[in-house]
Amino acid sequence: MVKQLTVFIENRVGTLEEVTKVLSENNINIFSLSLADTSEYGLLRMIVASPEEAKKLLRDAGFSAKVTDVVAVRLENKVGTLAKLFDTISASNVSIEYMYAMATSKVGAIIIKVSDADTTIDVLKKNDFMVLDQESMYELN
Amino acid sequence: MIWNETKECMSRDEMTALQSKRLVKQVDNVYHSVEFYRKKMQAVGLEPGDIKGIEDLYKLPFTTKDDLRDNYPFGLFAVPKSQIVRVHASSGTTGKATVVGYTRKDIETWSESVARCITMAGLGHEDVIQIAYGYGLFTGGLGAHYGAEHVGATVVPQSTGNTKKLVTMMQDFGVTGIMCTPSYLLHIAEVIEEMGVKDQIKLRAAICGAEPWTEKMRLQIEERLGIKAHDIYGLSEIMGPGVACDCEFHKGLHVWEDYYLPEIVAQGTYEPLGDDEVGELVFTNLQKEGIPLIRYRTKDLTSISHKKCECGRTAARISRFRGRSDDMLIIRGVNVFPSQIETALLEMGGVTPHYLMIVDRVNNLDTLEVQVELDSDTFSDEIKEMEKLTKKIATAIQHAIGLAVKVKLVAPKTLERSEGKSKHVIDRRNLLD
Repeated sequence: MVKQLTVFIENRVGTLEEVTKVLSENNINIFSLSLADTSEYGLLRMIVASPEEAKKLLRDAGFSAKVTDVVAVRLENKVGTLAKLFDTISASNVSIEYMYAMATSKVGAIIIKVSDADTTIDVLKKNDFMVLDQESMYELN
Repeated sequence: MIWNETKECMSRDEMTALQSKRLVKQVDNVYHSVEFYRKKMQAVGLEPGDIKGIEDLYKLPFTTKDDLRDNYPFGLFAVPKSQIVRVHASSGTTGKATVVGYTRKDIETWSESVARCITMAGLGHEDVIQIAYGYGLFTGGLGAHYGAEHVGATVVPQSTGNTKKLVTMMQDFGVTGIMCTPSYLLHIAEVIEEMGVKDQIKLRAAICGAEPWTEKMRLQIEERLGIKAHDIYGLSEIMGPGVACDCEFHKGLHVWEDYYLPEIVAQGTYEPLGDDEVGELVFTNLQKEGIPLIRYRTKDLTSISHKKCECGRTAARISRFRGRSDDMLIIRGVNVFPSQIETALLEMGGVTPHYLMIVDRVNNLDTLEVQVELDSDTFSDEIKEMEKLTKKIATAIQHAIGLAVKVKLVAPKTLERSEGKSKHVIDRRNLLD
């Protein structure tokens, strides 16, 4: 299981800058991010170094921030890998809420929010997927 | 056309004499029938005999909406409940309604008041009048209905809702007059245009009220529908719609002074003001039996003129409203207090009680957006959950105020903090054009 930091982003010029500034000023690295946008607001989801600390810093800076559990899986850069992953997850009757990718110069990973993280991690491990934890996640870089 | 020339065109001296006679009688009545008034008068050392005419009116204590709420439901009624033939109620700040009761004679007085307004708008017993106010606890529907029957018109108790059906009936029944809120009439005009039936509509006049509107909007309605539009005013505490209405010269709304004695008092000091000075409108019920109110503060800001009107009426005229002295908003005809939103948010939990109401008028219909600050702990990383939360807030507010709202979530501490409620409202309707 990996900790994800989520920040509520108002649709206003400069909000993203303010959030990332808080992180950079405190030397917190962002490994991956995705922005879910609606007409009214956005949700910025990030995998960062020290998510709990980042949450506190952002809250102090006046943002709505929270930490949630997500599943991170290392993926081979090969045709059919994603299809196999989704097939495995759906076979266990778990639904995917959202996901986003992470790529480094060496490898790729996918971050998935599912309805049942424990089941997902179990079946993925049984099917030889490389499920990442916080530490191994950071080591990908 | 004038419905009751004797009363509507009475000389000032005769009117003053009539009002004085009725006031003396009414004060005596409430002193003996309503404990609240007896206590209030005694507290300032007044007895009925001290009030000899309207020149003594200023000595009497005021009545406020809070007094009605504090005496919920029937505490201010001046007759036994067996004589009350109907009650109406309107919403209040705390969710507790303000309740008013009518005797059979009150219903007649009310019908007479509305009949004068309808006649002033050039409508009468030859006309087919559609009532498109809501029927129910709100005084709009039934008040207009009884007045229209009183002049002998053919009344279509349409109520609100299915506008296409309304337009179809307007066509089929040969409707010549309509009574509804001005914003709803503009919506009806749009539907008439959409249906392409404008040349089959016989509508001549509209009597609109229950929400603030501008002279510009009135002219727009007249031009768009090719009709005459009149502004009717009233409030349930005093009677309901029909307390005042404007004539064909549209230079203020004639008040039926023989029933509702108007005063303008200065904001803050509550000292009586003279003609053309802007202050809070105050009414005293001269003839009401069920719940006669003495010096009821309407919170509506306006001025008054006792000059005879070009139409021939001498009935005093109040000018178009300049706003309100409290934080009540009238949105689509519904009374809304910002505190109702606050209470709804607090009761719901999971969000902060920090909110901002943005009232606007889009395509001639009032809109209400409520911005609510998000709580850091309850927001979700999933859009689905966020949408659920938005919907939950919207439902809670709708339950509290009876109006559909658009909810917008904003980041914590982005809304201005203030003790005053004015910071909770941005009204963009620009009603003073």
